[in-house]
Amino acid sequence: MKKKRVILLLALLLLLPFILYTPVSVRAQEGQAARKDSTGKDKHKERVYTNKTENNVCLKCHSKTHIEYMAEGATKVYKQKMFSECIIDTNLFYNANHWNFKCTDCHSDEYSTFPHKGELRFEEKPGCLDCHAGDPQYAQFNFEKIDEEFKKSIHFQRQGGSFSCWACHDGHYYKINARNRQENILAAIEYDNNICLSCHANIQKYQLITNKVNPNILQKHEWLPNQPNHFKHVRCIECHAQVNDSLMVAHNIQPKSKAVKKCAECHSGNSRLMASLYKYQLENQGKYSLPESGFTNEPVIIGGKRNGLLKLLGNIALLLTIVVVVIHSTLRIVSKKN
Amino acid sequence: MKDRIYFYPIWVRSWHAINALMFLVLIFTGFSIQYATTSVSWIRFDRAVVVHDIAGLILTFNYLIFLFGNILSDNGRFYRFTLKGGLNRLIQQFHFYTMGIFKGAPYPFPINKYRKFNPLQKLTYLLSMYLGIPLMIITGLTLYFPAVFNLIGLTSLVISDLIHILLGYFLSIFMVIHVYFCTIGHTVTSNFKSMLNGWHELH
Repeated sequence: MKKKRVILLLALLLLLPFILYTPVSVRAQEGQAARKDSTGKDKHKERVYTNKTENNVCLKCHSKTHIEYMAEGATKVYKQKMFSECIIDTNLFYNANHWNFKCTDCHSDEYSTFPHKGELRFEEKPGCLDCHAGDPQYAQFNFEKIDEEFKKSIHFQRQGGSFSCWACHDGHYYKINARNRQENILAAIEYDNNICLSCHANIQKYQLITNKVNPNILQKHEWLPNQPNHFKHVRCIECHAQVNDSLMVAHNIQPKSKAVKKCAECHSGNSRLMASLYKYQLENQGKYSLPESGFTNEPVIIGGKRNGLLKLLGNIALLLTIVVVVIHSTLRIVSKKN
Repeated sequence: MKDRIYFYPIWVRSWHAINALMFLVLIFTGFSIQYATTSVSWIRFDRAVVVHDIAGLILTFNYLIFLFGNILSDNGRFYRFTLKGGLNRLIQQFHFYTMGIFKGAPYPFPINKYRKFNPLQKLTYLLSMYLGIPLMIITGLTLYFPAVFNLIGLTSLVISDLIHILLGYFLSIFMVIHVYFCTIGHTVTSNFKSMLNGWHELH
């Protein structure tokens, strides 16, 4: 009888995690929700593409791994492998921020002739401010401030003009992220971190900017407890960029000597994540709840600001217990009975 | 020769000593983690987390000693709480602690070789050791291995975290009361001595 009870209890305890189970499909639905607007309609389905025909002139070659052409006066078709950097994923492009751009909005008109002139590869690409500066339609993004912060960053300070917006934000595929994936913040974090890793974990791209060998990210972060969990749940910029209250995403990337190393910067009541990773949700409370928060509407940051009421009540209960113990022991001493 | 019973064999005393020490470490580091700031903290956050994790793992293995010790020996019988008339016995014991104790009233459930704990002790030990600590261990493990437990959904981590803190307070309160009630013995220190030499002195 006794053993049966113990076995039953152990079985119950082992089953507890499954009782607390949240189906994976719920999270998948959250991901899908991010692609839909408040009316539940797929945002992309309503897009009217006006430049696809014109772009197809370029993309008939630049969306393929090989090109075939016959040069003027030649007697046979020449087949060539397309450089991977010159291949455009049309699906990603037509879903990215600049989805309705003509290729020649950013690239020279002279690309319309083929073979392309060799010197065209040295063309100066327009930066973000070339289009977005002073435009009231984009005022909320504060491009001027972004540029100001970027100019202070270690990237610009070290590399100057060779480090442009495009080094991080791929002109063809970049998608607005911090404001766009509130229900699926893990995807937003992964997307953001991949921007950093596209250079810092890729020596070929890294050495387009510097002759140094890129440091091994995993080794450099060995000191970080529970490293995979940190990499999955926070962005690189949480520790490596200076928070600016007027920007949604910090652009002032700091030198490694100034990277956040004090755990309590995030793991405390005054967590810097509230001014960075969770800034958008906090500014739009009611519209979005904080991710990973469940019913408490607070993110799971160990040692963070969470469970404030619970901790207050717990402290009061603990203090009251000590007070009762003091009163009880005093009465025992006074009564001299036990 | 004083009346005494050998209630605490060496395995119970060892388990109890480790448990008590880990309780103190976990409460101290737990509070430090909960109230960490960049400027002030009792222990540096990363160190507090490491110490908390190690103490939690020691407590977990130590709990297995308690669990299997109670299954394999007859120590487990002292934790059996009979529901029939249980409330009445609890009220009697509560009445003694709140009133009778100050008047020199006799113990309603005196300790003997068949009764190691009074009804209130029995219920609180039962709840703490067979519900509180296992839940604490499970929720602690979900926080220690979040990647594994994330597989069962993030909401579970939130609930785990909530239960872990709630139980932390319950067990802290339990510890304060437990230590204080240990002064209610043959002498103020006799119960503490019994956890060193194994012999419980009767009143």
